[in-house]
Amino acid sequence: MENLGYLFAIYTIVWAVLFGYVWVLLLRQKQLRRELESLKEALRAKK
Amino acid sequence: MKDKVNMWTGVAILIAFVLMAVALYGALVFSPEEKQLGNTIRILYVHVPSAWIALVAFGIVSLSSVLFLWKRNLKWDTLARSSAEVGLIFTSLALISGSIWARSFWGWWWTWDPRLTSTLILWLIYLAYLMVRSYATEESRGARYAAVVAIIGFVDVPIIYLTTRLWNLAHPPPTVARGALDPIFVWVLMVSLAAFTLLYIILLTRTVEQKNLQREIDQLRQSLK
Repeated sequence: MENLGYLFAIYTIVWAVLFGYVWVLLLRQKQLRRELESLKEALRAKK
Repeated sequence: MKDKVNMWTGVAILIAFVLMAVALYGALVFSPEEKQLGNTIRILYVHVPSAWIALVAFGIVSLSSVLFLWKRNLKWDTLARSSAEVGLIFTSLALISGSIWARSFWGWWWTWDPRLTSTLILWLIYLAYLMVRSYATEESRGARYAAVVAIIGFVDVPIIYLTTRLWNLAHPPPTVARGALDPIFVWVLMVSLAAFTLLYIILLTRTVEQKNLQREIDQLRQSLK
């Protein structure tokens, strides 16, 4: 039973890292889409 | 076409979510304790899939790098770079989970045995690949240099695979392949492997999409100048 602390630590680290990575990807995706839209807008205005 | 891609991505994410939930239930609730390993057997269900993805992801990096140098098509370079980013995450998880597992069962965090050392080398190769990319002054040159790093670095993959088969190490030999593990543990491990593999594919496709978006943004910026 004394190994449960290690088990808890591993599962916490693995899931925190994976969720963190997914979160960063989603934020980045949103930011890139926003940037792309504003650039397209600027290009349309330039024409 | 775009709607179809979005639909399949949504379906894949849903399946991955369900598989992850089943894998987690299997690992923490369904799986019994193992005679020798006790509760630490549950670490196997995240450690082995992370290590598996670390190797598969580097295989994709190397293969895509060969195709990039051969065809000079940027889509292969994008795939290689994306797989390296995702692969570095899973290699880090394999090293961390392995280290904590070793501490809990054998009492040490790290030992320089060939399996652990060659996996650490793989992690450093991933890092070198990504550093070459970010430090290169010219993107195309960085892509070429990084591709060479990936191809040479692939030598480490069969070494990692063979270490426990060739030597008697601190790291245990592949118990699943030898049939030394009870089928119930193997089943839970297989579900976990499937869940991690699907997660890797989803993360890879998302990362590739972001790289393509970034390229589109760079091109638009150029045309606005």
